[in-house]
Amino acid sequence: MTTTETEPAPTLLRVRDLRTTFDTPRGTVVAVDGVSLDVDRGETVGIVGESGSGKTVLSRSALGLVTARHATVTGSVRLEGEELVGRSPREMRRIWGVKAAMVFQDPMTALNATMRVGDQITESLRHHLDMGRREARATAVALLRSVGIPEPERRVRAYPHQLSGGMRQRVTIAIALACGPRLLVADEPTTALDVTIQKQILDLLDHQRRERAMGMVLITHDLGVVAGRTDRVAVMYAGRIVEHGPTRALFHERRHHYTDGLLRCIPRLSNPGHTRLQAVPGRPPDLVDLPPGCPFAPRCPAAQDRCREETPTLTDAGDGHQHACFFPVGTPEGEEALARNRRRDRTAEVAV
Amino acid sequence: MAGSGTAALRRRDDILLTVEHLVVEFPVGRRGRVRAVSDVTFDVARGETLGLVGESGCGKSTTARAIVHAPPPTSGRVVFDGRDLGRLGAEELRRLRPEMQMIFQDPISSLNPRRRVVDIVREGLDIWGRTEGADERVAEILRDVGIDPETAGRRRPHEFSGGQCQRISIARALALEPKLLICDEPVSALDVSVQAQILNLLEDLKAAHHLTMLFIAHDLAVVKNVSDRVAVMYLGKLCEVGPADDLYARPAHPYTAALLEAVPEPDPDVPVSETALAGDLPSPLSPPSGCRFRTRCPRAEERCALEEPQLRPVLGDGDGAGTEHVVACHLPLVPAAEPAADDGADPAGAAPAA
Repeated sequence: MTTTETEPAPTLLRVRDLRTTFDTPRGTVVAVDGVSLDVDRGETVGIVGESGSGKTVLSRSALGLVTARHATVTGSVRLEGEELVGRSPREMRRIWGVKAAMVFQDPMTALNATMRVGDQITESLRHHLDMGRREARATAVALLRSVGIPEPERRVRAYPHQLSGGMRQRVTIAIALACGPRLLVADEPTTALDVTIQKQILDLLDHQRRERAMGMVLITHDLGVVAGRTDRVAVMYAGRIVEHGPTRALFHERRHHYTDGLLRCIPRLSNPGHTRLQAVPGRPPDLVDLPPGCPFAPRCPAAQDRCREETPTLTDAGDGHQHACFFPVGTPEGEEALARNRRRDRTAEVAV
Repeated sequence: MAGSGTAALRRRDDILLTVEHLVVEFPVGRRGRVRAVSDVTFDVARGETLGLVGESGCGKSTTARAIVHAPPPTSGRVVFDGRDLGRLGAEELRRLRPEMQMIFQDPISSLNPRRRVVDIVREGLDIWGRTEGADERVAEILRDVGIDPETAGRRRPHEFSGGQCQRISIARALALEPKLLICDEPVSALDVSVQAQILNLLEDLKAAHHLTMLFIAHDLAVVKNVSDRVAVMYLGKLCEVGPADDLYARPAHPYTAALLEAVPEPDPDVPVSETALAGDLPSPLSPPSGCRFRTRCPRAEERCALEEPQLRPVLGDGDGAGTEHVVACHLPLVPAAEPAADDGADPAGAAPAA
């Protein structure tokens, strides 16, 4: 977590030790707990986690979208070298849409229901790029065409409710792409859509990323979505990155028991019917007053006394594959820890 | 996809539920009507799990509701355990309800937030006057679903996570010892780690309580995991019905194949398929003529627009008989028998109404 600015061309997005907390009547919720992450141009980084793991708060904090009075964001987020943490929304307007844009899960709430989709696209074109009415209109039609909307000349006059869910998500993507952002953050962009439409939207995002050499952050709960479409993946649990590495390495040589559990518990098309799923027992911890130690320890099949006392930090084995575990999967110490727990039948005690 | 016809019915004597020519219409605007379910026919044998898959708006939830007659279908027959529900009076239908129970997608909103867990699970028993030993029964069923009745029974739904609420919903459904459990997207709202727990639980309970299940979901991998047979729906019609392993290994309908292709596999070595199904679901208000899938189908020909395909048996690796795999497509991906002429054949297992 040391920040040394020596590289000549700054990384597109460089997040260091980002921490987001919310003051609630029940206590302080640490939603993002010291996350560091880089995203480069032309690259797709996946962030995977279950609900409450902090993946959405992480992306929103990074883009300055966490502005609630009871929220505190600390750490550093540099977009092309420019520090974003601590900027006011007024200052961020220069960044939003122009340098970094976002695509959200639910296109119906992301769009303005009372505005024609064309006007929602031209709004930012006219404001940021100083385009005239005519030029903005033509650009909007071209954008709608590029995101695969049939009859774009007619659709610019449509209201969101006149479009299907997949078409609406294409419109939000067109809006996000309008000013040519360098970074696109897609937060569960296909969760509300059917599988055949999901595939269309993921293909579209991939195509646009390549064409525009954008950096992309793809946030999802679905390991299937990140498997085929990302260069690197970060797995989040209880506000922290617990494992992070090149996609292939992460899937094939996973080191953290949470990643391992996630991959084991999903039903797969390649398995025969009625295959017993290896469920991860228990559920994610309460983020208020998180006890010391590894947050996954209460659910972990390999947890030892040390895991309940000390918090493991994200360490790199030297191959760009980082993990935060004292007893990683597939290592002699990890195997020994598993065997020891099996002998004591510790896993049976884990509360469901 | 039009799948009409009764070819999905099997001649067996252990059929618990038969759905025949089911049609559900809803009024639209002043005069219009939309057909959400359009001539659907299938059956479920005792102890079997039938998975019903399809994209949003295909009519799978409407089918489930029509089966329990809430509301009753516009036309068609639902025969449950030898009784034709359409011919029962209101009181007779009510008395049958404990035998068919449902669990829903959103476990938190399907529980009354003001009531305690034990009261939620006990309500059905009280209504039916099964008060003797009800407390023990409630405790037992809560333990079966993994909720501790001592510590959790007095609490209210908001104190539980989504997964635990789904366990409570399952306990409530099972308290009356139903014969048929209809699960409408029971794990869609849950995180994957919790989803696996609930799927395993449903499999265990099905064995322990000799349940027959109708399992509705949009996730093909989830459906494959729990189902013995799978029915694929599109725009109110069946496209394909068959034994789960056979249907997934040899999809006969182009829509089934496209659905399977679109599922992202959690393995970076499986390349993302190049082909994608074009377009959106057409409006059910004016469905395409002929086969309803033809507007998105890569194989569609002129015939598909003119003639509605009937469900017909897919030829198996051997003789083709007995695979119980049927498809409604003029140009199936695997060989299928010629459509049967005797469409009006009386389905086996559906006993005449009393």
